[in-house]
Amino acid sequence: MLEDKDRIFQNLYNDLGSDVISAQKRGDWVKTKEITDKGRDWIINEIKNSQLRGRGGAGFPTGLKWSFAPKEIGSRPHYLVINADESEPGTCKDRDILRFEPHKLIEGCLIASYAVQAHVCYIYIRGEYFVDGQKLQAAINEAYEKNLIGKNAAGTGWDLDIYIHYGAGAYICGEETALLESIEGNKGQPRLKPPFPALIGLYGCPTIINNVETIAVVPTILRRGGKWFASLGREKNTGTKIFCISGNVNNPCNVEEEMSIPLKELIEVHAGGVVGGWDNLQAVIPGGSSMPLIPKEKCETLTMDFDSLVEEKSGLGTAGVVVINKDQDIIKCMARIARFYKHESCGQCTPCREGSGWMWRMLERMSKGEASKDEVEMLADVTKQIEGHTICAFGEGSSWPVQGLLRHFKDEIKKRNKFDPIVRENKNIPYLVDQHLLDKNA
Amino acid sequence: MSLRRPAKNQPKSFEFNSSSMDAAKKIIEKYPKGKQKSAVMALLYLAQKQNNNWIPLAAMKYIAKFLDMPYIKVYEVATFYSMYNLSPVGKYFIQVCTTTPCMIRGSNKLVEACKEKISEKELELNNDKSCSWMEVECLGACVNAPMMQINDEYYEDLDKEKTLKILDKILKDEMPKPGSYRGRINNEPENKRTTLMDLKNA
Repeated sequence: MLEDKDRIFQNLYNDLGSDVISAQKRGDWVKTKEITDKGRDWIINEIKNSQLRGRGGAGFPTGLKWSFAPKEIGSRPHYLVINADESEPGTCKDRDILRFEPHKLIEGCLIASYAVQAHVCYIYIRGEYFVDGQKLQAAINEAYEKNLIGKNAAGTGWDLDIYIHYGAGAYICGEETALLESIEGNKGQPRLKPPFPALIGLYGCPTIINNVETIAVVPTILRRGGKWFASLGREKNTGTKIFCISGNVNNPCNVEEEMSIPLKELIEVHAGGVVGGWDNLQAVIPGGSSMPLIPKEKCETLTMDFDSLVEEKSGLGTAGVVVINKDQDIIKCMARIARFYKHESCGQCTPCREGSGWMWRMLERMSKGEASKDEVEMLADVTKQIEGHTICAFGEGSSWPVQGLLRHFKDEIKKRNKFDPIVRENKNIPYLVDQHLLDKNA
Repeated sequence: MSLRRPAKNQPKSFEFNSSSMDAAKKIIEKYPKGKQKSAVMALLYLAQKQNNNWIPLAAMKYIAKFLDMPYIKVYEVATFYSMYNLSPVGKYFIQVCTTTPCMIRGSNKLVEACKEKISEKELELNNDKSCSWMEVECLGACVNAPMMQINDEYYEDLDKEKTLKILDKILKDEMPKPGSYRGRINNEPENKRTTLMDLKNA
């Protein structure tokens, strides 16, 4: 288990206060100038050495991303955009950083802006977090008053302005290019890549986009050294991570732990165990709803990091662990996730717009035992038709959880959906008719 | 995609009052010159706040003129994002999260409570037209499930009984205290903290 002194977010539970003076006592904003004086290349190198990977879901190496920004400011200004549009079901880590550790984020913004040569930083917060956004705004105002940001921010000689932009309840705006569209005042529909935002992003200017947690850990890494961060976890999966453990556990909580922590330890020690005991565990969604679930047998030995979860055909994603015990109907749980994706699809690409609703309707029927045998294969086919055929990764995000269900719980579905379409009179379900068009009460 | 339609009864005109106008001008300053279009989302929020929690078409036309952009672009934005209410929702708008992490901890009980106290159907105003409710997708407070949002505030760690009490308060036109309703502090494990032990009650 990680020692308390190695935890980056000391104020995760707000024992110490989130104001600037308390934050300075914890070590934020201490000699920020010394860090920037070492130069851009040193900062980017140190982040590369720490092997920090993006905490927003994709796990892209942060140092590498920063090095994509043009070395010199050309005719167009550079921008830094912070993605605080945390909407992945099962994830609520960024909210705690926004409300309890805002100064770690703001200082991270300053250092990152300096490294990628941005003078303006936008923080895109989901609209539902309005109250938490106000807390961040208060912290930004404090930082302006103390001249920690603004002209010659914190004595570094770098000018930086930070603005908050509120979203309005669109999950898709967590996708980086959709987020940029949203800041520009359009519908949040993702753009084609390339061009990548690092060269053509916000207002057509070079833009670096990072998750809240990624940026908030940067100052601590630079103070304690990339080596220290790299010594936690294992090769290429280094450092600490805030895990959100929700669902059927006795003590759902957020906890900062070392990467590669065994899943069982996370659940048993920190979250107080599964409701009804470990044997009552059915499955775990390891990284937010878009990651395929993992059945109990594999949970015994699983370690939580990017690479080991990919080996299990899942992913760490945002590290939002949703525990599902045997009291729950697993098909219904996945049908509800499919409904989420149907609701949140932006409607730009046909496979996702139509497919997400299709998967939801099929799963709803499967949970009631109203589907026919061959529809199980059809569902698998639909997920394959969506995956890889959309502009953004949302298509994958909607089909992976369903694929996970089919991979591990196919027998369960087949057991419940036994009937053959030839005997359709039995159940009065016309074959190949979209069920949602039929009014059941009519 | 979610289906969203503007209300049938629309007011004829809309204008920012002086406080909204000041706020709007400040918001536009946040964006580079010539990119005032970026402020459309924030301005729609202002209109919604000023107009009792919903945005009439007149407000969209007004904002389009205000930001010098086509009306259809504002309409697009207002209908795309689910937090813009296109029809009256009352002074108190209750959003119950029912996505999987909340669902498996019993969010259906919260929905039952809303049906009992407010209205049978979603987005239907109650008798005195002061509040309405709807099911929404993940609100991002999964470790505090089940939870709901009333206007801007989060109400966490609920069950049916507690929800009924909260709704009773709302029906009496009082704003209940936000936060956890099982007395837990933020997102720490209830009664059994395992990390940052020295700081407890610091």
